[in-house]
Amino acid sequence: MTPTLHHYLTVSAILFTIGVFGIFLNRKNVITILMSIELMLLAVNVNLVAFSAHHGDVLGQIFTFFVLTVAAAEAAIGLAIVVTFFRNRATINVEEIDQLKG
Amino acid sequence: MMASVASLVQSFAFYLFAGMAVLGAVLVVAARNPVHSVLSLVLTFFSTAGLFVLLGAEFMAAVLVMVYMGAVAMLFLFVVMLLDVDFDTLRQGAADHLPMGLAVGFAILVELVVIMAGIHPGEGAAHAAAVPVSNTMAIGKVLYTQYLYPFEAASLILLVAMIGAIGLTQRVRRDIRRQKVCEQIARRRDEAVELKEVAPGQGA
Repeated sequence: MTPTLHHYLTVSAILFTIGVFGIFLNRKNVITILMSIELMLLAVNVNLVAFSAHHGDVLGQIFTFFVLTVAAAEAAIGLAIVVTFFRNRATINVEEIDQLKG
Repeated sequence: MMASVASLVQSFAFYLFAGMAVLGAVLVVAARNPVHSVLSLVLTFFSTAGLFVLLGAEFMAAVLVMVYMGAVAMLFLFVVMLLDVDFDTLRQGAADHLPMGLAVGFAILVELVVIMAGIHPGEGAAHAAAVPVSNTMAIGKVLYTQYLYPFEAASLILLVAMIGAIGLTQRVRRDIRRQKVCEQIARRRDEAVELKEVAPGQGA
């Protein structure tokens, strides 16, 4: 039994759910939240590539390419903000990041 | 006979890679040590690259290994090791959020399953092109023609991210002495050296 489209979609759904779950479980740690977001983007990529392979259309992989670009930029900027914040406040606890709360 | 063996190998590889990807993802969110989290993330990325190869998307698999494992995961690893954070205190109270996380995660999973059950994929398009081209060539033919402007925009996004990351993390320290290269280069001989006429026999 060769893996079908639904097999890949199932893996993607599980990965996405774990990513969402990770944000709730580690809601104090910015770095783990960023990693959970990466997991969710990866699940989206699996979805796109699975449909791309199924339809024999390379377009899905092109879009995966752009998702990857945005994910890399997001990780770089996010981690730069984390480093800057840690330098100023000596913590990365999300609950203490409330300076804009007025 | 050969076809069934190939099919068996393919499904074995699929379950191996899928299982490793899900295991890695669980460890990312559940590991106590953040370094273990990052390394599990690498495992997930690598297993997903294996899934991409099974799907015939070799180029995306290579990009995933290079960009995600080589750059993004290593960036995470650097930041985790760089910051002197007590990660145990950040995990306190995680159990309070467990029911909420389980509820939302379960809801999303149910929604995704419902959507998936509604998908009835047909036979799928014929994979064999008239002229067999590699996956990389097929992507390149579309990416550099039809999607040239989005491709350039993607490079612009990366440039902005690079400048932003450098600008955010750079700091000018005023409490240390720095080498001022341009001042050193701009210095002339007549500013630095002075000749004194000293009469012979005089002086100390």
